[in-house]
Amino acid sequence: MEAAPKSACETCPQYNAEGLKKLGVNLNEADFVVALAGNPNTGKSTVFNALTGLKQHTGNWPGKTVTRAEGAFQYNDQKYKLVDLPGTYSLLSTSEDEEVARNFILFGRPSVTIIVADASRLERNLNLVLQVLEITDKAVLCLNLMDEAERNDIEVDTRTLARDLGIPVVATSARYLRGIPELIQTVSDLANGRIVCKPHRIKNIPPNIEKAVTKLSNEIQAVYPDIPNSRWLAFRLLEGDNHVIELLRKGEFVK
Amino acid sequence: MKETNVENLISLSNDLRWQIGDEFHDNLAEGIYADAAEIVKGSVRNKKEKGHLRFDAKLDQILTSKYLGFPLMFLILAVVLWLTIVGANYPSAMLGSLLLDTVHPFLKDLGVTVGLPVWLNGFLIDGVYLAVAWVIAVMLPPMAIFFPLFTLLEDFGYLPRVAFNLDNLFKRAGAHGKQALTMSMGFGCNAAGVVATRIIDSPRERLIAIITNNFSLCNGRWPTQILIATIFVGAVVPKAWSGLVSLAAVIGIAVLGMGFMFFTSWALSKTVLKGEVSTFSLELPPYRPPRFWKTIYTSLIDRTLIVLWRAIVFAAPAGAVIWLISNVHLGDLSIAAWSIDFMNPFGYLLGLNGVILLAYIVAIPANEIVIPTVLMLTVLVTGIGGGAGAGVMFELDSANATGDILKAGGWTLLTAVNLMLFSLLHNPCSTTIYTIYKETKSLKWTAVASILPVIMGFVVTFLVAQVWRLLS
Repeated sequence: MEAAPKSACETCPQYNAEGLKKLGVNLNEADFVVALAGNPNTGKSTVFNALTGLKQHTGNWPGKTVTRAEGAFQYNDQKYKLVDLPGTYSLLSTSEDEEVARNFILFGRPSVTIIVADASRLERNLNLVLQVLEITDKAVLCLNLMDEAERNDIEVDTRTLARDLGIPVVATSARYLRGIPELIQTVSDLANGRIVCKPHRIKNIPPNIEKAVTKLSNEIQAVYPDIPNSRWLAFRLLEGDNHVIELLRKGEFVK
Repeated sequence: MKETNVENLISLSNDLRWQIGDEFHDNLAEGIYADAAEIVKGSVRNKKEKGHLRFDAKLDQILTSKYLGFPLMFLILAVVLWLTIVGANYPSAMLGSLLLDTVHPFLKDLGVTVGLPVWLNGFLIDGVYLAVAWVIAVMLPPMAIFFPLFTLLEDFGYLPRVAFNLDNLFKRAGAHGKQALTMSMGFGCNAAGVVATRIIDSPRERLIAIITNNFSLCNGRWPTQILIATIFVGAVVPKAWSGLVSLAAVIGIAVLGMGFMFFTSWALSKTVLKGEVSTFSLELPPYRPPRFWKTIYTSLIDRTLIVLWRAIVFAAPAGAVIWLISNVHLGDLSIAAWSIDFMNPFGYLLGLNGVILLAYIVAIPANEIVIPTVLMLTVLVTGIGGGAGAGVMFELDSANATGDILKAGGWTLLTAVNLMLFSLLHNPCSTTIYTIYKETKSLKWTAVASILPVIMGFVVTFLVAQVWRLLS
């Protein structure tokens, strides 16, 4: 149905789709695990299908994906397992789909998290992006639905955005496979450590709260030196999230 | 050692929480939004002047309008159904004549040639094969039309507008507005609808959505409704009107189902599933032009074939059971005849008959095989010709011939109307029951969801039968 990823500048190595092999559901011996997160109805499943060659059903309504779908692709001899998470607006509440997404990013320890955002509605989408960046520091923003943004005369300066967020930003129109080769290349660079992120941390917090967060977060680091997201954990503890407290007691965070 | 550390962390967090006050959640959320606004200011430029309505907004004004919203919804439903009903006729007839008239005798002869014992040949070919063939002939064409049409609407972005239109009704029923989406999925397949209820956060409202999903007429029941409406309801008006009247009857049943769904949701939320209606935000996504061929392809592969496969898996053993109960005798009567006699008095009370009740028991695995089972059992009981022998499911080439058999079996307009009602109000198919169990992990709620609709079906058909007989 779909043509393989192709573009005008085929001389450029990053456009060279020869290294790409869509593996469908063949999940054996993945070298990397890649999570696909994002707001509802931003085209995560479409990106998922474009990468894996699967035909996961997509639909134009928020909440279409209710379970985790898994697929795989191979790029330059490395195998990537891709996990399509349910779309969420936030990771701060406790509904079932948000928990699936949150727990996977936390405990699934994905090598890379692709955050899919709707280019026309970036401000609203950033809510989730900034939360994900508190949890993981290996992420790429997939600025999807660029075709719609262009139709609505919305321009996004991806370089400034990447600098502000501290992670790579790739503009895509997954329905038409535009930007998918660049996305794959960026994921591969992140997974292999060729790109190192310095993710944005939430800044506009009242000073007294920031102080409490820092204090708690430092204590957490003292107990668990390896934990990558002590600041986020501090947020959850200050909020009194019983689920996280329970997981902490069970030792889930240090696996 | 580690454990004391963890407890220290937790108590430290408790202390700190006291110090920073209870506005932490709001402060954090505000902080995130402030950050987002700053970032967007630096990198996004909207070249278009705001203020004038775009195409999306104009369309939404019509599709979600106070006055036009509902009529348009029913109109769209009617068009989709009409296309399905009319369009499915021809391929169904073709498949039927191929699988039932050509392949079936061929297989039967083949069985004789390779020396299968008569009973085994009957069991395999007349039982298992015919059930499967019937399901394919009856289900495949309407599904291959209904699912793609539904998917096109879905890709276009119409479903969230339906949810928007119905939201107020759901709120009044004490249910979650997203139930509109799972209800719409149920019109395709109840099992799929039950899985889709995962989008509802609150467990209370999710249970309501699961229990009432069965009131969406599923794909396996549309053909029954359409056939019976055509034979009996369409026949009471002049021929020119019969198509329109049958279509109206079918839509009437579907809308009645929605009525029962709202009523049951309301009753549940006022009694065993009491609670507040949770608020939620549902984005009305932009309308997107569906990618036509891709949609057709994926809905064929993803939905049609999977649902069809499931139906076949369930129909095969059901066909075997039908053949067995019609051919194994207890004394003079076959098990089927014996059960029909036993259930006839009860069936009469409901304005139905023993044949229909037995058919519904046999057809628990798949709703699709109700009509062929009813026909087969009617022929068995009345002993009229036209059938193909004991326990052999068959389809008649025309609706008229089917009507003749049913009328010979003592059917009246009341039987037809009550069968349509009972087809709407009875237990979900076994796949759906299993899915409900998997989703709720509760035997109690699975039992409620399975038995409640049957009880409602008994009550409604009983009342209709009594009133009908009183008036006529």
